[in-house]
Amino acid sequence: MYAYDEIDRTLVNERVSEFRDQVKRRLSGELTEDEFKILRLQNGVYLQLHAYMFRVAIPYGTLATNQLRALAHVARKYDRGYGHFTTRQNIQFNWIKLAELPDALADLARVGIHAMQTSGNNMRNVTSDQWAGVAPREIEDPRIWSELIRQHTTLHPEFSFLPRKFKIAITASDHDRAAIKIHDIGLRLVKNEKNETGFEVLVGGGLGRTPFIAKTIKHFVHGRDILSYIEAILRVYNQYGRRDNIYKARIKILVHELGIEKFSREVEEEWQHIRNSSLQIDDEVIEDIRSRFTYPAYEKLPHMPDELRQAAADPDFEAWRKNSVAPHKVQGYSIVTISLKPIGKPPGDATAEQMDALADLADIYSFGEIRVGHEQNLALPHVAKRDLPALWKALDKLGLATPNVNLITDIIACPGLDYCSLANARSIPIAQELSRRFANHELANLIGRLHINISGCINACGHHHVGHIGILGVEKNGEEVYQITIGGRADEGAALGTLIGPGVKFDEVADVIEDVVEAYLALRERPEELFMDTVKRLGVEPFKERVYATR
Amino acid sequence: MPLVNGGKIVDDSFVKLAVDTPLPESGDILVPAERFIAEADALLKRPGKVGVIWPNNRDIDELVPYLGKVAAVALVFPTFRDGRAYSQARLLRERYNYRGELRATGQILRDQFVFMLRAGFDSFEVKKQADAEAFMQTAKRYSVFYQPTGDGRITALHRRMQLRHSEGVGT
Repeated sequence: MYAYDEIDRTLVNERVSEFRDQVKRRLSGELTEDEFKILRLQNGVYLQLHAYMFRVAIPYGTLATNQLRALAHVARKYDRGYGHFTTRQNIQFNWIKLAELPDALADLARVGIHAMQTSGNNMRNVTSDQWAGVAPREIEDPRIWSELIRQHTTLHPEFSFLPRKFKIAITASDHDRAAIKIHDIGLRLVKNEKNETGFEVLVGGGLGRTPFIAKTIKHFVHGRDILSYIEAILRVYNQYGRRDNIYKARIKILVHELGIEKFSREVEEEWQHIRNSSLQIDDEVIEDIRSRFTYPAYEKLPHMPDELRQAAADPDFEAWRKNSVAPHKVQGYSIVTISLKPIGKPPGDATAEQMDALADLADIYSFGEIRVGHEQNLALPHVAKRDLPALWKALDKLGLATPNVNLITDIIACPGLDYCSLANARSIPIAQELSRRFANHELANLIGRLHINISGCINACGHHHVGHIGILGVEKNGEEVYQITIGGRADEGAALGTLIGPGVKFDEVADVIEDVVEAYLALRERPEELFMDTVKRLGVEPFKERVYATR
Repeated sequence: MPLVNGGKIVDDSFVKLAVDTPLPESGDILVPAERFIAEADALLKRPGKVGVIWPNNRDIDELVPYLGKVAAVALVFPTFRDGRAYSQARLLRERYNYRGELRATGQILRDQFVFMLRAGFDSFEVKKQADAEAFMQTAKRYSVFYQPTGDGRITALHRRMQLRHSEGVGT
């Protein structure tokens, strides 16, 4: 965990007081809606279909239990008793009153949580691997660097009014759980031949109307230079990014139009001016941040405790364990993923009661720490293996032990037309229907790892382009139509999916997905061949035939 | 439009000229970039100060040879959403050591003052009278800054270091 000190707390409080003043000026009419819009967005406040939506940052996905309880409190006191975890390590509340927002922010500020820059054309919440610091074979905890960058990008005086939003993600593992290749800047921690820490820097990834996989702009930037290098990229983008057309304003378009070579030359030139400036980070500063991350006092535990051996006789427990429990860097411990995808429910939602109860469980079983991942699930990062059976029972009582992590019902979906003013089609009901269709655990298990991603509009908040199966809702002649892509992925082998044919109607989506899955089961060479590998081997044609032959 | 300079509302000594306004014989003038570049020698010879209004999509490098001779540079925020002039301001102050008046013009509202001060602006053509009057109060809104800029304010990272050393922690 990272501990805020008085300096961080002061800044968050100053921000709350500024926003309180801005809301007051809006309510008195002193600020026009046009003026206020940018200011509220910079504080995570959207005007949605039915009400104001409030998006709170969970930097690099790490939460302490008192912070999770504060989120439950906001859900209960200012909203309708639940929150929605998003694909960007944020939580959203859908029904909040503008006049109460400053109080909600002040309540969160008490536990070091804020909503700064969770929206708007500035640098967004820095995201990272939800297993950071506990994943085996990680280069080092990427949150130390995430926190450094979080601080640097917060209320940045030069880059708070960029051409468009700007997202940075960091990973330190071979397996990329932070989806860095679909971010404006993706950072991968690496060591050079002198064993110094640095970054491979990728730039220009992103989804939406014009999806791109990020390209490597530099293979190694030393850790001490990472802020100046990011600053150089941003300065080039701020000056030359397009502002004439909102759809062409992201950095991916600039990188595409200039080409990565020319773009990187511009960045390099800018960087040479500033790399030896006060932006250079000395080891002492990094050590200071490192020292403020505390790690649990792990016990020396056996690899296979008796409790686990005994519980293995229970097939329900085993189904959950195989699916939700991952190896930890410390022997005797596990990382437990908590599915927020119960069958038939909106993906990513949690009630205030669940959040409070999870905070209690994290205190008992996970050294008071919770993680949030971009798949819209939560995780307990430090669970002793001997506690797994007891934890499972407790989670089951809360409706949080659905054994479907990474399976076909672990669906990522945006809020869609039910909440979002940008959406053209519903997402949640599609997710609900699919989750009911594939509710049978044996079947889901037989299918194996398969990610379905659903977006209710071209902005792609549900990351449909990188779903193994992607579903994009569009509007055509007043009707919701869904385009299906296959073969996308968001990990280290990131790729964009390929469209399999014409869009299908709302009522047909689940049937079509069933057809795609059946085709896969028939086509795979052996049970271990995952859906994405079959698609890679065969392309879309056989799937297209199966789906459209009878339609 | 009230002008705030040095934290106070002041009279603007500069008269803004368009591209084709006849040149007044004396007095301080602010002229558009294209006219300034075309007539720099003549403009700089006449009595009175000369300032230049530099658009946010024109390369600041073109202005660099004149920086020692101009009394003011006015950068433009066509809307407060367009942040290009923040980068221009920092380049002028931090890379080219420009020490004259650096003026923010366009849609200038109180909610940008802190960012602008940090980027190096010291003069503001404020859109709303109430915002101009609230300048000092708004400018002091924040006491913590995370990024080093040319304004010399100590960053949170370095303040922590100072505190550590003064407390003798870790030494």
